[in-house]
Amino acid sequence: MIPPAPVLLALAAPGLDLELSFSQAMQGLGLSAQLAHILWLPLPMLLVLVAAVIGVLVTVWLERKISAAAQQRIGPEYAGALGILQPMADGLKLLVKEDVIPARADALLFTLGPVLVLIPVILSWLIVPFGQNLLISNVGIGIFLWISLSSIQPIGLLMSGYASNNKYSLLGGLRAAAQSISYEIPLALSVLAIVMMSNSLSTVDIVQQQNTAGLLSWNVWRQPIGFLIFWICALAECERLPFDLPEAEEELVAGYQTEYAGMKFALFYLGSYINLILSALLVSVLYLGGWGFPIPVEWLASLLGQSIDSPFVQVFTGSMGIMMTIIKAYLLVFLAILLRWTTPRVRIDQLLDLGWKFLLPISLVNLLFTAALKLAFPLAFGG
Amino acid sequence: MTIATSTELICFLILGTVVILGAIGVVLLSNIVYSAFLLGGVFMAVAGIYLLLNASFVAAAQVLVYVGAVNVLILFAIMLVNKREDLKPIEGLRLRKFLSGGVCFGLLALLIRVDISTPWAIPGPPAIGEKATERIGEHLFTDYLLPFELASVLLLMAMIGAIVLARRDVLLTDVGTGDSVDQGLIEKTTNPLLVDKSTP
Repeated sequence: MIPPAPVLLALAAPGLDLELSFSQAMQGLGLSAQLAHILWLPLPMLLVLVAAVIGVLVTVWLERKISAAAQQRIGPEYAGALGILQPMADGLKLLVKEDVIPARADALLFTLGPVLVLIPVILSWLIVPFGQNLLISNVGIGIFLWISLSSIQPIGLLMSGYASNNKYSLLGGLRAAAQSISYEIPLALSVLAIVMMSNSLSTVDIVQQQNTAGLLSWNVWRQPIGFLIFWICALAECERLPFDLPEAEEELVAGYQTEYAGMKFALFYLGSYINLILSALLVSVLYLGGWGFPIPVEWLASLLGQSIDSPFVQVFTGSMGIMMTIIKAYLLVFLAILLRWTTPRVRIDQLLDLGWKFLLPISLVNLLFTAALKLAFPLAFGG
Repeated sequence: MTIATSTELICFLILGTVVILGAIGVVLLSNIVYSAFLLGGVFMAVAGIYLLLNASFVAAAQVLVYVGAVNVLILFAIMLVNKREDLKPIEGLRLRKFLSGGVCFGLLALLIRVDISTPWAIPGPPAIGEKATERIGEHLFTDYLLPFELASVLLLMAMIGAIVLARRDVLLTDVGTGDSVDQGLIEKTTNPLLVDKSTP
């Protein structure tokens, strides 16, 4: 699925082309240019994979600590300072557990299901920008790629639900897929309103269009309704509370992952947390200005008497851009965790009513309204 | 041969094999759930071929519509009515298989004939790459406006039909059996039994 576009991962500064310097270093060791290119190709992907897994470990630790605080407990304490190694221990435990495939289950589909759930989520990280040129691939269809990739996930859910050969798993899989499909539509419609304002599907263009006047030009002010719809739908897509009906760990049999153990279960777990971080990153990209500062960088640079093009300023803004993206994303993750431990769960009929009878019409009206505003005030709404 | 072209060739060969073998599997496998999942794989491989042809928007739309919507709906339908029953042997099955195989091979022969006899321009027009999205939008709202709108009307009709079939309470007789619908049962489904709203 990776388009044959040039894979680049270089800082914004014109003098800092990481691929070029890597290739030169490799050629200095006596390798051909083509071989250096082949060696370079997996590096950005590996980097993003590692970043995603570390992000999951941090989120799991946050979830444990924040839930403990919300319930006036202490939470993990002994594994490392403040229990920071606890997620590692969890992961290791799942890694060495026995991998059980139920006797009457369909072994092939049973194995393939979790993989199909995880792969689209990881592939979607292709389009998440951490800076001007800090993304794996600036594909032109950007955000549309994410929407289409996330529509593959229900197949994995249905597959694992069916292959477990357990009626609760099958029901859980069907429910999860139904939920995922119904919340995809308002999600796509609210993304469409953003795309209409920035005249591009590319995530880089969407962020750049928001960074003209710092905090004030972020899309959240122009699309407050879209922001709320997107956040609600993203929570529903990640199966987080208040929409975690497919799992409902306290009340129901745990849905499509009932029969899973060991690493296969860990794949579901990993997938849901990577999806949560991805959703938070995309909310910050689409609505909160991505890598942009609350105060425009140009103003700061001129205030300090520095040229915006000088290498030092470029490196500084590049690394600060990564920090800003991560801070915004983790604020949203914090909000999601807080919501999980403080809100009650909706019923399945309330869930579907909310999706189809409330969010869908509102997001349609939001789209029409955005189109009208774009025609009426092309200056403020991206003519 | 550079790395790019050889990679392209290898990808094309793999995708082509997956499409052909997968499509044969969809038709020949006896387990309908396997067929449905394989169909999803075939759709994905077709999307991969679109990607190789520099049509990334079409590829993403293919995944969204065919894998994300059509295939998921097929799976839903199969899993909701997944009855393990032994089908009655159909009379003259051998003849029917022979006839349908003949029709399929005729179609294949026709397509191969078209493929060979058409003077293809090689190399084709240059790919417009990222501009494709805008170009597709322009075409949809100018010269392909009528088919586009007709398709939407068709979808609307299908949706209304589905709603009528699903909401049995608008019909007096059952669509499948022709019996009169038990109106009392419908009353019960519209008033949830678990939530008693009469008590204050």
